[in-house]
Amino acid sequence: MYDLIIIGAGPAGITASVYAARKKMNFLVVTGDIGGQAAWSGDIENYTGYQFITGPELAIKFEEHMRKYNIPVKEKEEAKEIKKTGDLITVRSAKATYEARSVIIASGKKSRELGVPGEKEFKNKGLTYCATCDGPLFSGKDVAVVGGGNSALDAALQLIKIAKQVYIINNTAALGGDPLMRDKIVNAENASVLNSANITSILGDKMVSAVKIIQDGKESQLAVEGIFVEIGLIPNSGFAHDVEKNQVGEIKVNCNNETNIPGIFAAGDVTDVPEKQIIIAAGEGAKASLGAFKYLVSNKF
Amino acid sequence: MAKTVKIYSTPTCPWCIRTKQFLKDNNIIFEDFDVGSNQEKAEEMIKKSGQMGVPVVDIEGVIIVGFDKDKIKAALGI
Repeated sequence: MYDLIIIGAGPAGITASVYAARKKMNFLVVTGDIGGQAAWSGDIENYTGYQFITGPELAIKFEEHMRKYNIPVKEKEEAKEIKKTGDLITVRSAKATYEARSVIIASGKKSRELGVPGEKEFKNKGLTYCATCDGPLFSGKDVAVVGGGNSALDAALQLIKIAKQVYIINNTAALGGDPLMRDKIVNAENASVLNSANITSILGDKMVSAVKIIQDGKESQLAVEGIFVEIGLIPNSGFAHDVEKNQVGEIKVNCNNETNIPGIFAAGDVTDVPEKQIIIAAGEGAKASLGAFKYLVSNKF
Repeated sequence: MAKTVKIYSTPTCPWCIRTKQFLKDNNIIFEDFDVGSNQEKAEEMIKKSGQMGVPVVDIEGVIIVGFDKDKIKAALGI
């Protein structure tokens, strides 16, 4: 039986763990990975104290900070279920079940998937969710970016420098995102924007060779070797069945990071807190940890 | 004798950076190929791993896709 279980080890979960360690709580971190979305970020210039740092570097700093306290971390153990019975909360992963008096859910967000035939088969075989990682492999090739927001524009801007032709497949009438980025794409010679267009399937043999799209009711095929999916993020909150969420699946929290279930707290991008930023997630993690500590003290556990 | 370790990576990929850092932290000598600029090595990587995601680590024929500490440790026997 633990005082606290922290689910997730991104900026929110790691900061919560540092605060919990300093309160000398008996606790455990249960997580799929370490670093969360921060580890995937490019250049970071708005995390106070670092005028410039890359995502992977900041993630390493976070991990070092956590390791300094000898915090027990169960890595590669994504939470599958969380349940409260009486005063006891159980957290189940694929490997084990843990019991605690309190829990902080800091499981973050993940890339939204297209949900079309071919997506699973061609993942990493031409289809990717990380333009920053895999983009350079597509030099001189024709590629498609799916999406119309800032992350899609960012991916397209990286790719127009590398790829032969970049098609932006956007399902709304016009591109969203920052006007500055939009202008760069519209002015690029090797980029074409397909508005009100949807992908219906992904085709290929061993690797991606084309996508089927539907635009204005007409179906057509576009020959591309790379597909970069940038259609936003969804919260990793599916395992928390009894916790109240908003329409997009974010866990609802009050200003003390409390969910609707006493003893279950949440922090960071998985919650409905406004603005998803590394520094905000870290701060929310600290608040949640202090909140959990007060909860344990006030209930005399 | 130390095992031959090759890593296929791109300069911008966060997990490539962390994989290389992990190897360095464990005093493993490795050869690094930038598959963004080296087309020949990119094809070699795709052939070996059957996919296009980076990083790919080749530890004397054991192919590991992504940053997988446990698999890397097992392949290196550390």
